[in-house]
Amino acid sequence: MSAFRQSVEAMIPALRRYARALARDADIADDLVQDTLVRALRSERLFLGGDVRSWLYTILTNLNKNRRRSLARRPQFMPLLENNPDASGTEAEGRDIARALATLVEEQRAVLLLVMLEGLSYREVADIQGVPIGTVMSRLARARAHVKAALEGERPALRRVK
Amino acid sequence: MTDPKIPVTEDELHAYVDNELPAERRGDVETWLAAHPDDAERVQSWRTMAEALHARYDHVANEPVPKRLDLERLVQPSRRWVYGTIAATLLAFIAGGGTGWLAHGAAATPSTFQSFTEDALDAHRLYVVEVRHPVEVPGNERAHLQAWLTKRCGWDVFAPELSSTGLKLVGGRLLPGPTGPASFLMYESASGERFTVYTAKASTETTQMRYTTQDKNGAKEGALFWTERGVGYVVSGTTNRERLSQVARLVYDQTEKKGG
Repeated sequence: MSAFRQSVEAMIPALRRYARALARDADIADDLVQDTLVRALRSERLFLGGDVRSWLYTILTNLNKNRRRSLARRPQFMPLLENNPDASGTEAEGRDIARALATLVEEQRAVLLLVMLEGLSYREVADIQGVPIGTVMSRLARARAHVKAALEGERPALRRVK
Repeated sequence: MTDPKIPVTEDELHAYVDNELPAERRGDVETWLAAHPDDAERVQSWRTMAEALHARYDHVANEPVPKRLDLERLVQPSRRWVYGTIAATLLAFIAGGGTGWLAHGAAATPSTFQSFTEDALDAHRLYVVEVRHPVEVPGNERAHLQAWLTKRCGWDVFAPELSSTGLKLVGGRLLPGPTGPASFLMYESASGERFTVYTAKASTETTQMRYTTQDKNGAKEGALFWTERGVGYVVSGTTNRERLSQVARLVYDQTEKKGG
């Protein structure tokens, strides 16, 4: 296997994590990863060095953006097969954060996940989204404020009283 | 060098948490946080948020990678494997019964195939109620119908034989699809039950079959969607999934044999 393929393969677990958080449905998330990999492999010869990791996140982010266009008037879709329910040790907390993420607009959710979950730098996220760093920072600030409010709104009992 | 007396900005608080702050400014921010409990509380909440994200999603990265994401398979997709995926999906679809798969509807997110299937269902709804002119070319001119649609659409349009499920070809028509022409075939049973098979160019690479139902004006339809060599297929008809997948399976089997 080529070095290129090896570096793509090494990214699959992280891409799946990002896609799951972005799309919230396990089946659709893996569809996104699969489409990302197919595109990446098809462009193997066009890839002239650079950061494979950022490039893969870029493809996935763009695919998800296309997928979500004009969703409001679309019929509800469900995966044909039962998905594996996400097993997690902190189930209650996990549902809260997933619900809070769901309230974010697309580009804010992507910034928040790329920075906080995937550990990318502001510069990398700016390149992925094709925007200036200042835009990444304002999206991140808005996303954090929004998620914080959503989490606190859901669990008023845990709010610290000063 | 930065002046410790310069107030710390909102951007700097974020950069501090994300390790994007120049090292020489970190001390200033820490001093600031000690004196500003509101900002310290916010910074702490962002760290808790990051922990919650990892607690919620890290397990996905630790799962074994599903077979369908195997790079070797994606490079040279084996027809047999693709076929196996769809056949297995259909089987599970029929056997699944009421074990909660519908409950996913509420949490489900839309996908690229949505506009596609919606177009197909709109056409289905529009023409199945049509008694006198449901099609442009009648089913008894099957060869002409196939040749005409193939020529206009640009891919091999094939009208499958569905008589083993009691369905007879009523005929077909050409429709505007999402990115160009679409072919539309209608079938009917002796009891008047109608199914339609819609095809159009599809950009998605996904081979997985998807199911949806649509409820409009009191009429409820079910549809199965899949893609095959860049062409998307939507079989629309009843919400009885056993019946629907029986028909879809026949359509899939025949188009697979035809093109593979």
